[in-house]
Amino acid sequence: MGTSVIFKNTLIRKIFMSLTGLFIAFFLIIHLLGNFQLLLPYEQAHLQYNWYSHLLSHNIIIEIIAYVLYATLIIHILDALLITLENRKSNGQGLKVDKRGVNSSWFSRNMGILGVIILLFLILHFKDYWYMYKFGNIPVDEKGNKDIFLIVHESFKQGWYVAIYIVAFIALGFHLAHGIWSAFRTLGVYNKWYIKLTKYIGITFAILMSLGFAIIPAIIYLKNL
Amino acid sequence: MNVTLKVWRQKNSKSKGHFETYKLNDLNPDMSFLEMLDVLNEQLIHEDKIPVEFDSDCREGICGQCGLTINGRPNGHHHHTTTCQMHMRHFEDGDTILVEPLRASAFTVIKDLKVDRSAMDRIMQAGGFVSVHTGSAPDANSLPIGKMDAEDAFDSAACIGCGTCIATCKNSSAALFTSAKITQLATLPQGEIEREKRVVAMVDAMDAEGFGSCTNTEACEMECPQEISVTNIARMNFEYNRALLLGKK
Repeated sequence: MGTSVIFKNTLIRKIFMSLTGLFIAFFLIIHLLGNFQLLLPYEQAHLQYNWYSHLLSHNIIIEIIAYVLYATLIIHILDALLITLENRKSNGQGLKVDKRGVNSSWFSRNMGILGVIILLFLILHFKDYWYMYKFGNIPVDEKGNKDIFLIVHESFKQGWYVAIYIVAFIALGFHLAHGIWSAFRTLGVYNKWYIKLTKYIGITFAILMSLGFAIIPAIIYLKNL
Repeated sequence: MNVTLKVWRQKNSKSKGHFETYKLNDLNPDMSFLEMLDVLNEQLIHEDKIPVEFDSDCREGICGQCGLTINGRPNGHHHHTTTCQMHMRHFEDGDTILVEPLRASAFTVIKDLKVDRSAMDRIMQAGGFVSVHTGSAPDANSLPIGKMDAEDAFDSAACIGCGTCIATCKNSSAALFTSAKITQLATLPQGEIEREKRVVAMVDAMDAEGFGSCTNTEACEMECPQEISVTNIARMNFEYNRALLLGKK
């Protein structure tokens, strides 16, 4: 099969979308579990989180996985863009008056908008933490690890910053609520019982992830009021 | 009852269309939407104007030939219905009703409300059949098929090819239509021989016609007059992925 077929085929495009999406979703679990360390008592969280960040950034295997993840994200975004543009072309001139929205959920139709919100959040997130950690001039803690905890902790004292995070996690929740089971459908799960199961898993996962990620900045903010 | 109609008028596939407004008075609320359009056309003929072109055949909700976008929704504001099964009693006296053709870039407007849906025929021609020797009818039950499989295949076969799923999809995806036939034949032993070849050929044909990707909004099932399930799309994905993995074409 030539590469041209891969990019022209409406089903294969979706397979890329689902596999990359599921991989990113799996990463979210690991990321959330790691971040829960931020909620430990202050002193313990401080040293442990910095130690954890040091561990992640100095392990070759984790580094490789990280680059695979970045590549996955980029494929997910580019594929989404391609699908959206092609679908728009398929829709042609469209309806002059369009009331078709009543037939489906808002978030299933607007995965792109939700995705853009998440992408904007990621840019901010990478700039403030990832870039700072890798290239920024940040202090070290008493164990000699870069004090990323302090930066995170300080940023979550700002109400507007926490608000941006929470909005992004709500968008993430809706993105996952459609994305997870939709990915399974694209992969061909057609048994009625499994369809129900993947819908339950998808929605439960979406709620857990968006709630889990949102309570971390919220709790740190409230603790410091 | 009285209604104001805003109808899409387009001379041919090349010309730019526009809405034209017509007033209809003293309509019987029990007439179907198509009968109301017949009344409009009679009125236009009396006025020496060109009548509005639209498709229709059985007018019993069976054939799938009619199909209009009414007030921004294919086949109007009722779920699971064809345009001919919309009746004027479903509207209020004095309503303004907007009538457009079914829209998708693969559906070219031929004239007014009439669109060319032959793209769907070409998908069918690519693989929506089984190659068997015809001849005298085989003995009943010579080919055992489980009750549930027979039911599932029949549910998929109920698709009337009206194009509502495509017109209601924000991506103009033909996934529900194409998958219904693929599923029907993949469920039955008769379809087994060409199973992989069929799904690849039909998906290729669907793409060649310029239909979009399915993004699983499930709007198609909500509007489908035959209530064809989106599970068919899942089955099509399974069949396609299976064919890819097996490398058979």
